[in-house]
Amino acid sequence: MASVRDIKRRIRSVKNTQQITKAMEMVAAAKLRRTQGAVVAARPYAQKLKEVLSRLVASSDGLKDPLLEVREPKKIGFVVVTADRGLAGGYNANLIRTAVASMAKHRDLEIGILAIGKKARDFFRKRRYSVEGEFVGISDIPTLGEAKEITETIRTFYTEGIYDEVYLVYTEFITAMQQKPKTKKLLPIEAPVTEDSGELDYIFDPSPQIVLNNLLPLYLTNQVFSALMEAKASEHGARMTAMGSATDNAGEMIDQLTLSYNRARQAAITREISEIVGGANALQG
Amino acid sequence: MADKTLKLEVVTPERKVLSEEITSLIVPAIEGYLGVLPNHAPLISGLEPGVVKYKMAGEYKKMAISGGFLEVVDNKVSLLANTAELPEEIDVTRALAAKERAEERLRNKVGVDIFRAEMALRRAIARLRTIGRDQH
Repeated sequence: MASVRDIKRRIRSVKNTQQITKAMEMVAAAKLRRTQGAVVAARPYAQKLKEVLSRLVASSDGLKDPLLEVREPKKIGFVVVTADRGLAGGYNANLIRTAVASMAKHRDLEIGILAIGKKARDFFRKRRYSVEGEFVGISDIPTLGEAKEITETIRTFYTEGIYDEVYLVYTEFITAMQQKPKTKKLLPIEAPVTEDSGELDYIFDPSPQIVLNNLLPLYLTNQVFSALMEAKASEHGARMTAMGSATDNAGEMIDQLTLSYNRARQAAITREISEIVGGANALQG
Repeated sequence: MADKTLKLEVVTPERKVLSEEITSLIVPAIEGYLGVLPNHAPLISGLEPGVVKYKMAGEYKKMAISGGFLEVVDNKVSLLANTAELPEEIDVTRALAAKERAEERLRNKVGVDIFRAEMALRRAIARLRTIGRDQH
C-alpha cells in the first residue's frame, strides 16, 4: 500500500487540477452567456435580411449576380470552423470528423480548405490536405469585422473561379449541453424561400438588380457571421460541459484518495501501538 | 392624419438599435434622399452612408448609418443598417479624426484606394452631421 505521504501528495495534486478545471468551467460559462446574448441580438437582422432577399427573388425573375452563378464543380472549397484551443471535450474532433465525411462525398473532385481556428488548420495541414487560407484567433464574441475578412476571402476564391462551390462546416448551437456539427452550402447562394413571399408588389429603388447586387454580399457575410457565433457559443458550451465533468471526476477521485489516506493513517497508528505494546510486554517478560 | 404612424425598426448585424412609432422618415437612398410617410407602398431600397431623420412625437431625431437596406411594408419600416449610431453614441473626436484622415488620403491620391477613402469620408461626415458638427 502507498505510504501516507504519497497519498497526501496525490490528493494535493488532484485538488490543484480540480481548481483549474473549475475555473475553466466558470470562465466558459461566463463567455457562453455573453456569446449567447450576441447570438440573440444578431437574430432580428439575419431574419429580416432573409425575408427581404426571399421577397426580392420571388418578385423578379432573371436577376444575375456573380454569387448566384452555378458552375459545373471542378474544385470545391470547405470552410471549416473549429476552436483555437482544445479542452472542450469532443468539440473539435466531432467537427473535423463531420468535415472529413462531407469531403469524402466529393472524392472525385479537387478540394481546398479554408481553416478557421488552429485545430482545423493543424489537422488538415498535418494530413497534407491543401489548406489555402487560415484564420486563427477569432475573438470569444466574433465581431462583424472578422466575419467580413473571412467572407472577403471566400468571395474572392469563388468569383475568380478557384472554387466552384463552397461549403461551410461549423457546429450548430442547440443548448449548452448539446451541439451538432453541420455542413451547409454557402456558394452559389440558394435564395431562401418563405411562404408569404411574392404577394406584394414591391417598388425597388433604384432597381431589383442593383438591390440584389448590394444585398447578396451582405447575406453571405451574415451567414458566415452567424456560423462563427454559433461555433463560438458551441465551443464555450462544450468546454463548460467538459470542464464540469472533469471537476466532478476530480471530486470523486479526491473522495477515494481521502478514504485510502485515512485507512493508511489508521493502519500506521495501529501498527505503532502494537509495536509499543509488544515492546512493553518484552520488557516485563 | 395626425394619428397615422409608422413602426420603425432599426437593426444591425450585431444588435437591434431602435424600435419606435414614428410619423415620417427620411433616408439616404442610393439615388438621393427618400422620404417615407404612413401608408407608403411596399418598397425595398438600398441605402448609402448618411443621416437618417425620423419624426417622433412631433420632433425630428437623427441617426448615422453607413449603408444598408430599407424595407417598407404595411406601415412597418425595417431598416437594415450595416452600422447605426444614435447621436449620443457618436464619438466626436474619432469622427473628426476619421474625416481628416480620409481627406488627407484623398488629397494625396497616391497608393490609396480612392473608393474606400471616399466611403470612409462619407461615414465620418454622416456621423458629424448627426450631431450637428458639420456645416456641409
